[in-house]
Amino acid sequence: MALALLLGASATPPGAVAEAGLRPYVVEGDAIPAPLTGTPGDAGRGRAVVADRQRGLCLLCHAGPLPEERFQGTLAPDLAGAGARWSEGQLRLRLVDGRRLNPDTIMPSYYRVDGLTRVGPGWRGKPVLTAEEIEDVVAFLATLRD
Amino acid sequence: MRGPERFLRRFGAGVAAAALGLSFVGADEARRTERRSGFDDMSRETQAMQRDDTANPGMLWVQEGEALWNRKEGTAARACAECHGDAAASMRGVAARHPAFDPATEQPIGLEGRINRCRQVHQGADAFAWESQDLLAVTVFVAHQSRGMPVAAEDPRLAPFRENGRRLFGERLGQLDLSCAQCHDDNAGKRLAGSVVPQGHPTGYPLYRLEWQGLGSLQRRLRNCMAGVRSEPHAYGSAALVELELFLMSRAGGMALEAPAVRP
Ligand code: HEC
Ligand code: HEC
Ligand code: HEC
Repeated sequence: MALALLLGASATPPGAVAEAGLRPYVVEGDAIPAPLTGTPGDAGRGRAVVADRQRGLCLLCHAGPLPEERFQGTLAPDLAGAGARWSEGQLRLRLVDGRRLNPDTIMPSYYRVDGLTRVGPGWRGKPVLTAEEIEDVVAFLATLRD
Repeated sequence: MRGPERFLRRFGAGVAAAALGLSFVGADEARRTERRSGFDDMSRETQAMQRDDTANPGMLWVQEGEALWNRKEGTAARACAECHGDAAASMRGVAARHPAFDPATEQPIGLEGRINRCRQVHQGADAFAWESQDLLAVTVFVAHQSRGMPVAAEDPRLAPFRENGRRLFGERLGQLDLSCAQCHDDNAGKRLAGSVVPQGHPTGYPLYRLEWQGLGSLQRRLRNCMAGVRSEPHAYGSAALVELELFLMSRAGGMALEAPAVRP
């Protein structure tokens, strides 16, 4: 409901986005239906990104069905069942730029480099994850069906 | 605790205030009744370490600071004690009202900056480097004299600087695009991986952090949080950090000082 309202009120129509150095993508509704890369993502590699607290950072905020990982976060919903709740396209937009759906979310936009303030020198101009990593994570999340 | 605050707390603060139309109690006021020091979120063992001066590693720096307080320094060959006497009397409450208004520059000056000013102007010595053991020791010695006293850094002349601190607290930063407020106001009490997100009060500094294996200043802590969201931390002593300190102190107004605190 809130989501529909937000999308309905959005001033920017769905369209192509191309940022410096990033692959272009097209947002349709609340999803990015087409993969960012030509090769399909790998769920095994995606799982490793999700578990990695320097790369994915996911478990800082989320809990998830990765039983070997201790100290999971409680700032965000459990990732279990994410693949049943959302399509791959919806998951992709939530990773790439979830701020389009909820401007106040604390979840970082993982594939965006503009509109940021005082980014540290080591991170400047780089998205949090590469296009390949995004596809790997989407492939992993899609396997979380219950 | 004043009457309406106790009443509101029983009903769940902000929500109740809105529901009952108690508009004289603002959101800030309601939040104030539930403020928690980082101390409250620590394990019993770490709390015990802070409470017991013989176990609190920060007390070693306090002792070192006391020695420095009594040592003649600089071209003037004068000790802090020669001008300020017994710190237990002259420095009591001083940390609770810093950053303070500095008439010379008409800007806020933090406790470290204040101490370094005395070194340069009154002792004819070089300023201690930021985060040096000497500066930490003298600062924590001075701050220790205010232990248990309520934070009271409300000088009205500093209002514009405090407001800028508030703005910085709400500004999204870094590659992760997060503001201080998103963690310390909106998500305090939840867990970021293994750590409870504290409300982010400045009451314990300088403090001994187990992760640092040493004493550190409030500015070091703020710079850590800035690096955590992958932003470029503001420089030690910069106006931005002093303004953030100022805002944090007014946000913590009335809470008890703890220096030297212990944190995980
Ligand atoms: C800083 C905290 C934070 C980090 C880091 C984070 N998220 Fe999130 N995420 C959230 C929050 C909070 C939500 C809830 C929705 C919202 O705020 O818009 C969310 C929502 C989601 C959702 C949709 C929730 C649902 O119903 O299933 C998915 C999927 C998701 N995140 C995946 C990830 C993945 C994968 C990563 C790592 C690559 C990640 N998140 C990193 C905070 C975070
Ligand atoms: C020659 C005398 C002299 C010496 C030596 C001296 N100070 Fe001061 N200090 C002052 C004076 C005078 C002030 C009042 C502000 C001013 O005029 O600078 C002051 C102010 C302060 C304040 C602020 C007090 C308040 O009430 O806000 C602190 C803190 C302080 N000094 C600490 C120190 C420390 C620590 C040392 C030694 C490293 C030291 N001072 C050495 C003269 C001195
Ligand atoms: C992603 C969440 C997050 C953000 C954003 C963040 N912090 Fe923190 N902060 C923490 C956590 C977690 C701790 C506790 C330290 C720990 O255990 O690692 C902390 C500790 C603190 C403390 C120390 C509290 C104590 O009890 O000693 C202060 C003060 C603080 N932060 C201020 C800030 C300021 C100012 C900003 C903005 C520049 C900020 N933080 C941004 C998560 C955050």
